[in-house]
Amino acid sequence: MDRLLFGDNQFFGVNHMSEEKARAQAMRFQNTQSIIDVLDVAYDEGIRTFMCTTHDRIAEIAAHVRAKSARYRDFLFYPCMPYAHKYANAMTDYGMLGAVKRFLPDEGLLDAAMRGGMSLAKKDIEGVTTLLIDAEMKMFQGLKTPVIFLQNVVVDFLLGLGFRDAFRIFASHVKSRYGAEPGFITMNLPMLLDALDEVGIENPIVCANINKIGFRMCGGIDAYEHALRERQFRAIAMSVFASGAIAPEEAIRWICERPQIKSVVFGASSRANIRSTRALMDQYSRLLRVA
Amino acid sequence: MIRVGVAGLGKMGLSHLAMIRPHPGVNVVGVCDPAGYVVDVLEKYTGLRTFTRFEAMLDAGEMDAVLISTPSRLHSAMVRTALERDLHVFCEKPFVLDPHDGEELANLAERRGLVNQVGYHYRFVAAFREVKRLLELGAIGQVTHVQAEAYGPVVLKPKGSTWRTQRSEGGGCLYDYAAHPLNLVNWYFGEPQRVGGTAMSRVFSRDTEDEVYGTLYFEDGKTAQISVNWSDESYRKMSTSVKVWGTAGRIYADRQECQTFLRDGAVVPEGYRLGWNVRYTTDMTPPVWFYVRGEEYSAQLDYFANRIAAGELDNVNSFRSATVTDRVIAAMIADAETGPRTERSARAPIPKRPGWMSWLRPAAGVK
Repeated sequence: MDRLLFGDNQFFGVNHMSEEKARAQAMRFQNTQSIIDVLDVAYDEGIRTFMCTTHDRIAEIAAHVRAKSARYRDFLFYPCMPYAHKYANAMTDYGMLGAVKRFLPDEGLLDAAMRGGMSLAKKDIEGVTTLLIDAEMKMFQGLKTPVIFLQNVVVDFLLGLGFRDAFRIFASHVKSRYGAEPGFITMNLPMLLDALDEVGIENPIVCANINKIGFRMCGGIDAYEHALRERQFRAIAMSVFASGAIAPEEAIRWICERPQIKSVVFGASSRANIRSTRALMDQYSRLLRVA
Repeated sequence: MIRVGVAGLGKMGLSHLAMIRPHPGVNVVGVCDPAGYVVDVLEKYTGLRTFTRFEAMLDAGEMDAVLISTPSRLHSAMVRTALERDLHVFCEKPFVLDPHDGEELANLAERRGLVNQVGYHYRFVAAFREVKRLLELGAIGQVTHVQAEAYGPVVLKPKGSTWRTQRSEGGGCLYDYAAHPLNLVNWYFGEPQRVGGTAMSRVFSRDTEDEVYGTLYFEDGKTAQISVNWSDESYRKMSTSVKVWGTAGRIYADRQECQTFLRDGAVVPEGYRLGWNVRYTTDMTPPVWFYVRGEEYSAQLDYFANRIAAGELDNVNSFRSATVTDRVIAAMIADAETGPRTERSARAPIPKRPGWMSWLRPAAGVK
């Protein structure tokens, strides 16, 4: 995994501070080309991993990267699935079972029909889950997806319910079908590590809010620090700036002082911000390595 | 440990279940839903004890409290059953469809000394709490007008019907969406005396409204306007906001932030100043034990559990407070059915021409 990963919240009107800013971003990025322009800047700055939701519009980005494979030789996607809003909305309308049925591929593939139908009939979630994963992965066909993530809303929902088998099913399908590493995004890192341990997922890749002020770090910053020191996992930090509450330099320095954090995922919309984040990351990684 | 049963496993029920189960002070002793498939899958994979009938769950074991997240029409009877068994109750919003039932249930819960709470989660959003605090301090002086809004992408095309699209079941934009801004207005200013100008129109739904607009009139002369539309795809998800105008300033708040403008004459709270002040939800929100979809959802359940543990009946979202919102909803339905009352041809009374002496008197409010 690279040290810096590029996130996609800024492209889809997600902003934890202000609805106005979120709307301005949604307007700015409504043309896919404007997203591609920013991705190009990041890529040319050496940030080659795009950690992105399986949002419909990502399919257009994927198609673009596929079409220009020479330009994007080292471009990596880390898909984060599912795009939860569509399922939540469908669940409101059709209930849990109805929602699942709606998103199963309906091309009449024998395999899909068997896996889906049998699985639904036997109340066995394995078949349905793997089908849903395949449906979400379709847009990345032919592209490099070395790590595939389960989104935090789903991870934390399953974690809360105690639906731990789902993590195992996800992990094994992602490995066997896509040759990828499973990743998990969560707001409840200490609790998730225990659950992943229980289902035998070793040294997992886990992406969580990790920042100096403990913003959205459920279980508390001490439990996170303890996990970083004592547990075997590959940590990706998100929300390192705590939605702007921590100055960039202070935020990055704090991250770099914790060598157990393998990567940082960040979002930015301008060359200046991308460049300065990378520069800070390089500077403090070097500084602290020397120290 | 508080022993809790969870009734109703739709979107809200499952969401509550996912948050309450990891709560360190709570033990989920049973869950129920008539959809046998869902409960079977849950039982198989999560080890939860499941039921398809509410009474069966209540009969099966000892419990202290229930969370009820069933279609709104069912709330009244289920809440009564639970209270009669001396269980503390958390019920999803809107509380009940007939405000008389709401009164009775509030009385029953109070008489039996049971914690009673309704899931108006916006009262647990830091920005909206800040509005409440500022109003209680009298920061913006005398409030004259309020605008409370909610928009979001729920019904975006004509489609099949579920309980959420039937007003008789407690569905529709009024019960589902407008209840939230109305409830905030009730929290801030109490119960209005009258409602007027209610317009409820369809955009795509066949059996219910997709838009709700109306005015609430309060005893002291202030007014509140409600503007709600759940067929607005320009919003990524539900967005609720309030604007409050006072003689000494104005407040705007949504899920993310609270912006306050204070002018001369304002009671300036500590840390505030004249002019603009912005406070962010992210800065004001205390951490929660478990996060799924927003701190407020976790916080309201934690609050419920804590009230039970502390034997504390006073509740920010009591049945009684939710019944105020139910009454306003009922009044808006009645008002919309009456329709507008003033004809286009109606003549406004012509103001009396002031005598020349009036030039010597200062206008109201001018010192």
